[in-house]
Amino acid sequence: MPDVHSLVNEFVTKLNKRQIEGSKTTAKLTAELLRSFISQQRLPHSNQAGALIDAVKAVGEKLIAAKPVELAVGNVVRRVLHIIREEDLSLTTAAVGGLNLASESDDEDDTEQDDHPVLSATAVAAAARNALRPPSLQTLLEDLPHSAAAPHTSSSGGDSEGKSKSADKNTMTRKLKHNVIEAVNELIQEISTCHEQISEQAVEHIHHNEVILTLGGSQTVKEFLLAAKETKRSFRVFVAEGAPRYQGHAFAKELATSGLQTTVITDSAVFAMISRVNMVIVGAHAVMANGGVIAPVGLNMVALAAKRHAVPFVVLAGVHKLCPLYPHNPEVLLNELKSPSELLDFGEFSDCLDFGSGTGSPLIHVVNPAFDYVPPNLVSLFITDTGGHNPSYIYRLIADFYSPDDVVLQRKSAS
Amino acid sequence: MRSNGSASSTKLMRSSRSLDRKKLRRNSSLVMKSEALDVHRSLSKGLAKSESKPRCRRYAVKKIPPFTAAAQCCNVGGDDMVAKKGGRGEDTEEELTRVPLQAIVLADSFATLFRPITLERPKVLLPLVNAPMIEYTLAWLESAGVEEVFVFCCAHSKQVTDYLQNFDWLNHPKFLVTTIESYNASCAGDALRVIYERNVIHGDFILVTGDTVSNMPLNHALKEHKERRKNDRNAVMTMVIKQSKPSPITHQSRLGTEELFMAIDPETKELLYYEDKADASKGTVSLDKTMLFDRSCISLHNDKQDCFIDICSPEVLSLFTDNFDYQHLRRHFVKGLLVDDIMGYKIFTHEIHSSYAARVDNYRSYDTVSKDILQRWTYPLVPDVPFLKNSLTKLERQGTYRASDIGLSRSAKIGPFTVIGSGTTVGNHSEVSNSVIGEGCIIGSNVSIDGCYIWNKVTIEDGCKLKHAIVCDGVTMKSGAVLESGVVLSFKVVIGQNFVVPAYSKVSLQQQPVKQDSDEELEYADNSSGNVEIASLPNTAEMLEEESRTEVADSQIQAASEVDGVGFIWSVGEKGHEEEWRHSVAPIPAYRLIEIIKTATEELEISNADSNILPPSGELEHDSVNDSDEDARDDSAHFEKEVEATFLRAVNENVKEDHVILEVNSLRLSCNLASTDCAGALFYAMMKLALDTPHGSPGELLKNVAGVIGKWKKVLKYYLPSLDEEIEVILKFEEMCLESTKEYSTLFATILHVLYEKDILQEDAILNWAAEKEEADESDKVFLKQAEKFIQWLNEASEEEEEEEEEEEEEE
Repeated sequence: MPDVHSLVNEFVTKLNKRQIEGSKTTAKLTAELLRSFISQQRLPHSNQAGALIDAVKAVGEKLIAAKPVELAVGNVVRRVLHIIREEDLSLTTAAVGGLNLASESDDEDDTEQDDHPVLSATAVAAAARNALRPPSLQTLLEDLPHSAAAPHTSSSGGDSEGKSKSADKNTMTRKLKHNVIEAVNELIQEISTCHEQISEQAVEHIHHNEVILTLGGSQTVKEFLLAAKETKRSFRVFVAEGAPRYQGHAFAKELATSGLQTTVITDSAVFAMISRVNMVIVGAHAVMANGGVIAPVGLNMVALAAKRHAVPFVVLAGVHKLCPLYPHNPEVLLNELKSPSELLDFGEFSDCLDFGSGTGSPLIHVVNPAFDYVPPNLVSLFITDTGGHNPSYIYRLIADFYSPDDVVLQRKSAS
Repeated sequence: MRSNGSASSTKLMRSSRSLDRKKLRRNSSLVMKSEALDVHRSLSKGLAKSESKPRCRRYAVKKIPPFTAAAQCCNVGGDDMVAKKGGRGEDTEEELTRVPLQAIVLADSFATLFRPITLERPKVLLPLVNAPMIEYTLAWLESAGVEEVFVFCCAHSKQVTDYLQNFDWLNHPKFLVTTIESYNASCAGDALRVIYERNVIHGDFILVTGDTVSNMPLNHALKEHKERRKNDRNAVMTMVIKQSKPSPITHQSRLGTEELFMAIDPETKELLYYEDKADASKGTVSLDKTMLFDRSCISLHNDKQDCFIDICSPEVLSLFTDNFDYQHLRRHFVKGLLVDDIMGYKIFTHEIHSSYAARVDNYRSYDTVSKDILQRWTYPLVPDVPFLKNSLTKLERQGTYRASDIGLSRSAKIGPFTVIGSGTTVGNHSEVSNSVIGEGCIIGSNVSIDGCYIWNKVTIEDGCKLKHAIVCDGVTMKSGAVLESGVVLSFKVVIGQNFVVPAYSKVSLQQQPVKQDSDEELEYADNSSGNVEIASLPNTAEMLEEESRTEVADSQIQAASEVDGVGFIWSVGEKGHEEEWRHSVAPIPAYRLIEIIKTATEELEISNADSNILPPSGELEHDSVNDSDEDARDDSAHFEKEVEATFLRAVNENVKEDHVILEVNSLRLSCNLASTDCAGALFYAMMKLALDTPHGSPGELLKNVAGVIGKWKKVLKYYLPSLDEEIEVILKFEEMCLESTKEYSTLFATILHVLYEKDILQEDAILNWAAEKEEADESDKVFLKQAEKFIQWLNEASEEEEEEEEEEEEEE
């Protein structure tokens, strides 16, 4: 136990210090951390799913608070919670015949009322949406185990009840944990192979003699382009340099060494070049529930230019970047302001940044945001591990991967 | 301490030996090593502590070309000693790679610039944008990959250790923080000596103070340092520097520091010269000539800022132990190493460009660094990144940082670059801008706060006005109180209703210690030792707050009378009011800036007039050093005066000729001049004497001259061994007649004759002089014409002589 706590703390400090960069690595590390956390978690005899969910939620809150701007952390936490719920559900459905549902359904109403005030408006909205869409068997059953399990935490009498079935539960405990860990392993696998999954689809999108434009550097985009090149398609790539971090420079070099015809342009030349471009392919920082994209700074401009010239704007994103939150949610921190030193040399401008003279505030202010927001109407297509999707379809994807109960994690910490 | 003479002579001997050794080296390295050790020992005995003057050194070095060889051998000796001390053999290199990266954090500034606040709390725990300074230092060190940190605490050491304990710094698994306490350390040197005694540092370490704010990655600088060490064991330290604009006011207005001059070898980045207090009166920097001895160029900078981050080798600690007089890191240690070329230790620099590093040294830099943090130069050490265990703060538009649970009135205006800590409430129509407000503060309505640093749990009642002030924990400002710019209110001070605290004053519950003591440990004020009254303060109301505190009631009443609440106003120190603005949080008033610029430009003009101004940061080439010429000119003028004085004394006291010669000789040696100069000077002195002896007519003057010359003929003749000197004397005489002693101008030819007759000048000398002058301008020929007849006569005479000789020869 102390071992895993120190692991969690270490991860939190790393996130705090901004030592982990990139949503893929962050997602993978988070999933691995949660896996070891779950495997070391000792579960009570009764209501293991609830206890596990609570424990994971507590850790998840900590992790999210450490770096709110990295939405992948929250996504993975929610995915894991969803996995726990699903596994619990499948176990319960398997054992449903042997349990007396009658006694538990009595409590059901109480729990519902207990839970509702905690839920935020978003969660309610999500639940409402849930109700609106055609109910699948899964979603119908999803609510059942949760509400059935919840009373045990609230009532102290639950223990005696648990004891009676201890033998049965014991096997279930191990089973649940085992299943959850298996599923988390799959999740880790999925995160680490998302690039391959996405680039498999490259052949369908990039055609012969096309011109592709991208901005900055993204591992996903690189593998996507290289996969298209593998199939002997010959195409050209324009790389906008992506100020102020200029990842485009290194990116262009990587492409060129792999034998791709590459042209480097400045960010400001994007509009001039867009008429010659057949398709814009970019990576994303996060994809929001409404189909909007949080992406490296400068992409909104590219998207507008593409829209103007009716060039398809394609966003590549692994499923771990799908965020069940809406960009107008107060929990979502859309942006992060980085150090001005990326723009200006501190030494060179130190006389303009003088606090000691005049009114005590310098005449130069530098703002260096890390991200842009691209609204869904500017995006033509999302390519994820599961295939190509319209922006308007993202909410469905999200419903598949996340449980509506987990959407709002941080609200609890505030209250 | 040894005299300079012996030091230089030892050096001479040593270098000659080293030459031998160099030859030996080819044959057997073993012999050389043992000998080197031997020399080293004798050196360390005699010279390690001798503070010989650089001038003498320079002389010695000039004379001995194989100086480099000496240094090399010395290196070997130093090496061996270190290896012995550490108890390690040849595997030092491997071990170095194994030891964890260590850092020493000096949690004590050994200065009094933050008084009176530091009377109650150590400087490193003072909040900088709502987080103690040491948090920034430790967080940076942790993320930079340091594995073990030794925090040295002295003043208020209990508070520091308690803090580290409470905030969970002491039991990190991968970041070991150990505290070292000492109660009698009064300077950085003492601290390092204590650490050396503990024997905890095993490899290269980072030396910083606990008030450093930085986000620089250390790996690059460390790698550079390690590589240098591999090639040169004497590269003991790497100093981190940063560029800043060399405007005359930037240094002052940004960090409140003096202008800094550095000479750096542009190729190796070796630091050659460090001067943080350039002599403002002269506006000049004098560099040691030897710097250019073995390098093609050096660059001189005034646009660099010292970050006070040093990467040191373990030798640094032993150096501090060997030299008990090293106290200050820069003033003594760095300068000491730079001047000391015996041990041959070198300091290198590492310049950082994109990352940030600064030290909070005084109130001015406190203000600057705080604002740099708010402007995110220190990213990721910014308020909205929870690098500390503080509450979550969110960055909003215009750089406003707000904690989640604050109570803001709708009509309150929060301006740009402001932090509002959790639990703080701001009342109606209050305005806050460019300020940092801590946790749990209560700010009333109609308050205006601009450029202030308000710490935790401060109460500011309605209608107060604060401008560029620091307000510490627990202060209460009654309604309508005003803080003028630059005010510092220490802990728990109470300011009375409508009281105006004058600009730059410091108010504390502690009384000001009467004696300024450098030791912070003794800073606790003695209540019985007299209160400093400020007569100029208006003691208006008699309203006393009955405070339920455990303080002595007596002092409270006294204190209350000063600020209409509770607290003493400290009188300003020896520096006086004039200097207060330099280190205050308030921006420098416009008229001060004008003054600074004015003095700076004046300095520039002066040095321009000297015509040897160097470009601000240009490369200094060999040729551009022309000090030597000027030196020589100065020297000869000085020498002339000295000789004259000596001669007069000789005349007055009837000193023997031999003694006069001896004295003049020694003078000549000390000024490093040729014997020709002596003849000229001596002749000048004699003529001066003749002139000064009372006389009525030119005839009498002539008599005087003849008398003096006749009396001191022997001395003068001593300095005229050849024709050249004699010509020199004639030229000198000519010059005198033209410039200083015009009385002689009419007598030129006559005196020349006298000199000829007295056998001082040979006819050849005079004829040569005449021949030389033939080619000169008309204006120069005045005296030649005067002496024409004499010369003609001489010519005839010599011809006659020649004829005679010829005749004689013929006769023979």
